[in-house]
Amino acid sequence: MRYSGFRIIKEALTGHKGWTSAWRNPDPQPAYDYVIVGGGGHGLATAYYLAKEYRQARIAVLEKSYLGSGNVGRNTTIIRSNYLLDGNEPFYEFSLKLWEGLEQDFNYNAMVSQRGILNLIHTDAQRDAFTRRGNGMILHGADAEMLSRDQIRQMYPFLNFDNARFPIKGGLAQRRGGTVRHDAVAWGYARGADERGVDLIQNCEVTGMRIENGRILGVETSRGFIGARKVGVAVAGSSSRVMAHAGLRLPIESHVLQAFVSEGLKPFIDGVMTFGAGHFYVSQSDKGGLVFGGDIDGYNSYAQRGNLPVIEDVAEGGMALMPAIGRARLLRAWGGVMDMSMDGSPIIDRTQIDGLYFNGGWCYGGFKATPASGWCFAHLLATDTPHKCATAYRFDRFLKGRMIDEKGMGNTPNLH
Amino acid sequence: MIITHPLLGPRDAQEFVYLGDASLIDRPDGMTATPQEMHDYAYLRDNPAGEHLELWYHEQGDRSWLVVTRNTLTHAISRVELARDVARAMGRST
Amino acid sequence: MTQSNRIAGGQIDRSKTLRFHFDGKAFTGHPGDTLASALLANNVRLMGRSFKYHRPRGPISAGSEEPNALVELRSGARQEPNTRATTIELYDGLTAQSQNRWPSLKFDALAINDRFNAFLIAGFYYKTFMWPAAFWEKIYEPIIRRAAGLGSLSRLEDPDSYDKGFLHCDLLIIGAGPAGLQAALTAGRSGARVLLADEDFRMGGRLNAETFLIGDQPGADWAAATVAELASLPNVRLMPRTTILGAFDHGIYSAVERVSDHLPEPLPGKPRQTLWRIYSQRALLTAGATERPIPFENNDRPGVMLAGSLRAYANRWGVAVGDKVAIFTNNDDGLRSAVDLRAKGIDVVAVIDPRQNRPQLPGFHHLQGAEVVDCSGRLGLTSITIRSANGGLETVQCTALGTSGGWNPNLNIASHHRSQPAWNDTIAAFTPGMGGPTNLTTAGAAAGRFSTHGALSSGDAAARAALESLGLNAPAHPLPEAEDAPIAITPHWYVKGKGRAWVDPQNDVTIKDIKLAHQENYASVEHLKRYTTLGMATDQGKTGNVIGLAVMADLTGQTIPETGTTTYRPPYTPVAMGALAGRGRGQDFKPKRLTPSHKWAAEQGAVFVEVGYWLRTQWLPRPGETHWRQSVDREVLQTRKSVGICDVTTLGKIDIQGTDAGTFLDRVYANTFSTLGIGKCRYGLMLREDGIVFDDGTTARMGQNEYVMTTTTGACCRNWWIRTSRTTPSPIWPPVRSPSGACAPGCSASRFPVNWPMKSPCPPAMATP
Repeated sequence: MRYSGFRIIKEALTGHKGWTSAWRNPDPQPAYDYVIVGGGGHGLATAYYLAKEYRQARIAVLEKSYLGSGNVGRNTTIIRSNYLLDGNEPFYEFSLKLWEGLEQDFNYNAMVSQRGILNLIHTDAQRDAFTRRGNGMILHGADAEMLSRDQIRQMYPFLNFDNARFPIKGGLAQRRGGTVRHDAVAWGYARGADERGVDLIQNCEVTGMRIENGRILGVETSRGFIGARKVGVAVAGSSSRVMAHAGLRLPIESHVLQAFVSEGLKPFIDGVMTFGAGHFYVSQSDKGGLVFGGDIDGYNSYAQRGNLPVIEDVAEGGMALMPAIGRARLLRAWGGVMDMSMDGSPIIDRTQIDGLYFNGGWCYGGFKATPASGWCFAHLLATDTPHKCATAYRFDRFLKGRMIDEKGMGNTPNLH
Repeated sequence: MIITHPLLGPRDAQEFVYLGDASLIDRPDGMTATPQEMHDYAYLRDNPAGEHLELWYHEQGDRSWLVVTRNTLTHAISRVELARDVARAMGRST
Repeated sequence: MTQSNRIAGGQIDRSKTLRFHFDGKAFTGHPGDTLASALLANNVRLMGRSFKYHRPRGPISAGSEEPNALVELRSGARQEPNTRATTIELYDGLTAQSQNRWPSLKFDALAINDRFNAFLIAGFYYKTFMWPAAFWEKIYEPIIRRAAGLGSLSRLEDPDSYDKGFLHCDLLIIGAGPAGLQAALTAGRSGARVLLADEDFRMGGRLNAETFLIGDQPGADWAAATVAELASLPNVRLMPRTTILGAFDHGIYSAVERVSDHLPEPLPGKPRQTLWRIYSQRALLTAGATERPIPFENNDRPGVMLAGSLRAYANRWGVAVGDKVAIFTNNDDGLRSAVDLRAKGIDVVAVIDPRQNRPQLPGFHHLQGAEVVDCSGRLGLTSITIRSANGGLETVQCTALGTSGGWNPNLNIASHHRSQPAWNDTIAAFTPGMGGPTNLTTAGAAAGRFSTHGALSSGDAAARAALESLGLNAPAHPLPEAEDAPIAITPHWYVKGKGRAWVDPQNDVTIKDIKLAHQENYASVEHLKRYTTLGMATDQGKTGNVIGLAVMADLTGQTIPETGTTTYRPPYTPVAMGALAGRGRGQDFKPKRLTPSHKWAAEQGAVFVEVGYWLRTQWLPRPGETHWRQSVDREVLQTRKSVGICDVTTLGKIDIQGTDAGTFLDRVYANTFSTLGIGKCRYGLMLREDGIVFDDGTTARMGQNEYVMTTTTGACCRNWWIRTSRTTPSPIWPPVRSPSGACAPGCSASRFPVNWPMKSPCPPAMATP
């Protein structure tokens, strides 16, 4: 079924009886060519592009809970491509370009909204660093723009310009950055994949992997054995748990990141803003809620909930930047599991087991990567070669000293 | 979270700095280990969902290193030891 | 208009009259009123508009679960959007205005959305606005954003201050209804350190809204007497106006105390609110229960309320919400509302009861096997339509309707650690499940014990169990007599019909939307929530969620527990950002660190630069210099020609001592330090475990076994792994014998306040020279 304004009018006049299921609830087949483990944004995008762009068939996505139940449904919805390093910037720029045409591509309004992202600058050294980053972005074909304090004051007059511990000295803007309605991304990919014959199997947890002679034969699941020629794992915070079924240890720790939303307010923040002197970033959704976040809690966790100190820390950052939000209320705080890699950058690679592929290590930044991650993972699965935008995301970069460490923190994942 | 320090009693986790998996104690000898061994030591983690032995450093307290056994699913802490004692039991310290 | 709906009784102080304004119009009320009770006393039912359709709305509740009656309280920089009229404590001079309407509450232009409701179905925006692509950001989204949001912020700096504090206790009791009060009494008399917190300004919970006797006195009097006794106990701290927001690990709870919200503005030196971090040995959830409605067509009209809140307004606030009232209930507690209202002299015109097997309520027009199927009155209820057992329709004039679909235990706090609630058929509701926060138990209505006796006895028992586990003994004392009515409920989740019946009134989610979500296979509870926005409003579905689950269960043929719940997340009710931030704003956002030369440099007119928390002299302009290069060039030349002084206080300094200190440094640095002569210093590069440089600096050798290391300003705190104590050295680098590092007094590590984020006790790593 094709969605459009005309369809809504037609259905409205006929009692909405014609809307069909967004996706089927198929029973698993005994075997597939491709089994994607993980029905989150990355897994669903992988299946979608495998079917659509790489013309593959006999694909299943296995999800232990409901579709989009992981980080794709629990994030601060930001998209951007403002990275510095060579291994990252082309990939994220590819992703941003895919976002730009996504809704027409999968016929689902995910509300991709390029409202701009602004990284605030508070010191001269920070200005130097952001100038360098902006130049790097431009060299890779992305957009970047340094804004003055006065320009920022015009955009957001209510920021703390006059009595700040860390005065605002300017900002690095990426106008093409913005936000996307996160659930709709999962649903749009799910619906698009389902239409192309992908079996989306919910409530189906992978409990083991059948591997013989160094080759994967399929996965054991809570709904029985499912054979597969190739298995792609895209399970974010659960990466270590799932890959342990294949006996593999990963350069990843799972950490909790909290995110927050306020009560609905009349719009006053147009784009995305990050505070350079505290761990705080914010945007305002189309419903009016301030969507904001800060640092990871800083310890290994699979509990999907955080602790109080980070909540306070984030609120302090918010109040330091915007003293006008004191009387806005925090409505909901939630925590998700982040697959924090050892250099803060992701992995899209084959494993030492034939037919087993891995996509993970997205840290707290996987949402914006969703389209490119799916595309590049599909490329790898279909062709057994890395996509040209993801050649650096290899397992062996740690052994070879080719880390992609934007923050220079090394193998201390809680500092990325 | 509250960490019950073996010497100082219950302390707020805010006083500590977190380093991660306590397997870091078991450091290979950098002069003899192969690159692969150092790679595995420095980068690979079990990252269990469940009981996890981890290093916490009492930065804002007595600056001791602790090995905390904590469940990563529930955050329940079942044991706290001085890292020195753990290292000694492994024959890595005197 | 002078409180025309005010009736006798209630816990308000009629000796004082308070003046207030709503939407510019003057009204009066009394101390003890909420804004909602005072407006209802003045016959004002219309208090807000819904989010999507801009439907006229009045309050449905008398508490913090309120989804409809949201107002902008106060004005100017103190304007508070989305404030529940049902929880605003009335004060003299209060001003509030309605929100999300234009030009006025009665005539709202965007109510046009309601006419187009057939097009604005659940998730309609996912299916359209895609063509042409450029129109989304240029046309469609700006229109949507113009209509977005509820109340508005002033965009001015919040003029009030907020405090934070720590509290420690043996037993934290969450909720001061009968169960919580009795638990506090039992624990308090035993000598345990007790904290009793309640979100209301008057402790007593539902006892204040009921006519029950406890012993030989009215419940509200028993509550007041109990509060008085508790206040006399030095080991008990009573915290009214205090909401427990969330349960965190290891017995830590967060709470917000509304210190000054009942005043026009905070008294001098007082905060508006205080955020408490409560460290408890044991905690007891006695947060009561929340009534849920029974949705039927047009059930969102002002005047259609929860039956128990009609009762509360009559009993606690002396307010008759309507002159003619009807009750629609599937349980005996709803019948009690009818009886109480009549006892207050209110004309109860009909009691509509879908059940057929109950004894006739004597003296009432008790229609069994009947349902309310529709109602009229756009800006306020005028009549309801009843379908009787034989299918006949009857219209009854009334200005208020109380609905009761049963009560949901307030189990949120018990579920903050993601434990799954357990379904209880007897009360047709979820109760707290296994796996909640460690050392938290539940009692009273929060645990499904709805009778007063059940609340008192379970509160007492839970307190005793908690004390016993702490090794404390509670002296035996008899519990007072109280009613122990059995639960009698037959689930009747909603009234089937063709029109729109609201489940989440604020977000305008109707039964139809839930059916559409099911039709399109958004059938998992999380898909249902996210697709329809059910339960995502400011009330987080406190009244509507379970009904939504029941409707979905009905559609899928599953049971309600099989359908499951969405996740309960903190905070319990929304909390001001200012309270969470406390004093950490403005110049006090982070500490400011000054070097010994700072005062001198400031006197010379120095330009300072932020380096972490430090302010470092950047250059010292002289008169006539207009560009920084002039100053810097002059300083460089001056230094080359003669001498310059640099204050490097900001560098990290680590004192390293021990017999293997030299070997230790050899492992830290790429170059060798064990060969360094005493009294000499050397520059070196520090390496990470993987051989990558992470810092540099010089280290001096002061003695055979003694070095002083410097690190860069920004990296000082990141070098914590080098610092370690003499008694418990780093375990990672044996067999190096006892090197220990201690920070010099100037080092940041020795001065941190206690609440830095744990991941790094140092300022965010800003690029530093």
